[in-house]
Amino acid sequence: MTPVLDIDALLDDRGTEIIVCCGSGGVGKTTTSAALALRAAERGRKVVVLTIDPARRLAQAMGIEQLDNTPRPVAGVDPAGGGTLDAMMLDMKRTFDEVVESQASPEKAKQILENPFYVALSSSFAGTQEYMAMEKLGQLHREAQADGTYDLIVVDTPPSRSALDFLDAPERLSSFLDGRLIRLLIAPARGPARLMTAGFSLITGALTKILGGPMLRDVQTFVAALDTLFGSFRQRADKTFALLQANGTAFVVVAAPEPDALREAAYFVDRLTDDDMPLAGLVVNRAAPAPRTDLSAEEAITAAERLRSGDSSSLAAGLLRLHADRVRMVEREQHLRERFVASHPQVPTAVVPAMASDVHDLAGLRAIGEAMAAQD
Amino acid sequence: MVTGKGGTGKSTVAAALALALATVGRNVLLCEVEGRQGIARMFDVDSLPYEERRIAKGAPDGAGRAGQVHALHIDPESALLEYLAMYYKLGRAGKALDRFGVIDFATTVAPGVRDVLLTGKVYEAVQRPRGGRNKSQITYDAVVLDAPPTGRIGQFLGVNSELAGLAKVGPIKNQADNIMGLLRSPRTAVHLVTILEEMPVQETSDGIAELRAAGLPVGGVVVNLVRPQDLSAASLAQVRDDVVDPTAIISDLKRAKVDVDAALVASLVDQARDHAVRRQLEDEQRALVAAEDLPTYELPRLAGGIDRGALLELAQLLRAQGMTS
Repeated sequence: MTPVLDIDALLDDRGTEIIVCCGSGGVGKTTTSAALALRAAERGRKVVVLTIDPARRLAQAMGIEQLDNTPRPVAGVDPAGGGTLDAMMLDMKRTFDEVVESQASPEKAKQILENPFYVALSSSFAGTQEYMAMEKLGQLHREAQADGTYDLIVVDTPPSRSALDFLDAPERLSSFLDGRLIRLLIAPARGPARLMTAGFSLITGALTKILGGPMLRDVQTFVAALDTLFGSFRQRADKTFALLQANGTAFVVVAAPEPDALREAAYFVDRLTDDDMPLAGLVVNRAAPAPRTDLSAEEAITAAERLRSGDSSSLAAGLLRLHADRVRMVEREQHLRERFVASHPQVPTAVVPAMASDVHDLAGLRAIGEAMAAQD
Repeated sequence: MVTGKGGTGKSTVAAALALALATVGRNVLLCEVEGRQGIARMFDVDSLPYEERRIAKGAPDGAGRAGQVHALHIDPESALLEYLAMYYKLGRAGKALDRFGVIDFATTVAPGVRDVLLTGKVYEAVQRPRGGRNKSQITYDAVVLDAPPTGRIGQFLGVNSELAGLAKVGPIKNQADNIMGLLRSPRTAVHLVTILEEMPVQETSDGIAELRAAGLPVGGVVVNLVRPQDLSAASLAQVRDDVVDPTAIISDLKRAKVDVDAALVASLVDQARDHAVRRQLEDEQRALVAAEDLPTYELPRLAGGIDRGALLELAQLLRAQGMTS
């Protein structure tokens, strides 16, 4: 028997300070994080939700269409429980700029922000979004601790190629920033004495061949300007990583009942376990709702065929076929979930049935939250 | 090129398209670039290396004949090493590059380089001369790329190329220009996969606008995972408007020898109501897709999931709808 993920216990526990929703693309992470945040707020928590790329109408409903990188109160939240909900959408470029500005002198910051390599890196590197989501989480958490504005932060994670990118990208970027290549590139700025190593000329020669001289120079000036900041970049990344491992953090892995999404979820669960990250459980979205009758798919199809041969427009035949399809979907999803459980028996799980319509307002989010909490 | 929002089944559609294109006497190459080994899983073969492998026969024609589908898993590290070996005589420097983390830098951090490496390999496979020097190399009649999701497709194809801004001259710039030349030519078509839900359809329409603005040839829209069409329009309306006559259903079910009671009828009708609401939303989204004025193809959601058999079924459907002609 799979343990059930008790959403309300998680949200009501004051010890829960951060909830991170992760999973592969297209599984409903953003909706899940918004629904969790709303439910927590309406149960009395002071919540901020950090979303990455919400659907336009959901962003409208939450009042976070403008990207100003600051949390804004969400209108329409039931205040009866004494809770509040703010929401914001991540502006990764701006977050990156702010980190640079807060760490470097004004002249140096200007030099970095205008460097073409920085411009490209801060707006396009596949890992920047992940890195900045974590940076913003760290900021919000520090602010919340300092002034008590929030007692719960819910984070949506970027729509990565794979769910794991989000844990690896900050590490990748910061290990690049203080890796051997960087030291090699900085070398010219540090004086000619150390220039003439064999490795150096080999590498710069090869890089010039491949990248071309101008691009290499951009990288070098960028790296030289950033030199003094490396320590603080690394430190910040390490701090956020530690924050994610802390007891107040809860990871919620989100999946859809599809082989790929569940496989990603399984990888993620393993990875969290290996890294000692606190896993709260798995949310399986958009499950086919179980039929309320035990008529089997085969019986339904046989019966539908009996009718079809007589009357082709029969509503009853259509209902039977629809039922057979639903039963097969439920059986297939059940089978996929059982495979997940067989390899991960200890992961508390909540199953959320597919809603008949798309979710793009608070009422829809509320319904999702209720369904998430109502596991039987 | 086949793109689509996460969860729409773009990899399934790419595989089905490759099978559909592989008619008798033709060789098709199916490529993936996202490191997921999705092709290997769909076709139930061992993980693919950076090497072309024959993985399936195409979807058979009326006489049971078919061409061949090959597959290639493109990872940026291998593509970079191959590229370097092909165009530069780096010798010892090649090894040093790896030791100093340059390979890692070029394939993960350096903006845009990764994408040029991935599309560059596809470019190489497409441009391969027939009867070229290397006799063991297959030339392909079609290359299908399971591309990154719609949200990243513009960047992947070099639309807002950060790289173009960075590398103003030099070898990478030339390589990127050559690739862009092929991508913008009539030999390329970018197909978008969607499901009939609001966000994916919105993203599809944004993607089409972005591709068009960049002068990239948009192919068609593949509407995937379409719900079963077992209820007629009239039945759907009846269910939606709550004017279903239970006695008629009961008598039909009895005729079909189903052990019937009121609870069964109620639950069947409830299921149908959810379905009817969804179908109506699907129709609204279908109209939005149609408004894009592109060739549109529809594929059903198969209750049993995706395996080789299912891929062939989908391939036949794409062919029947004229996607490969």
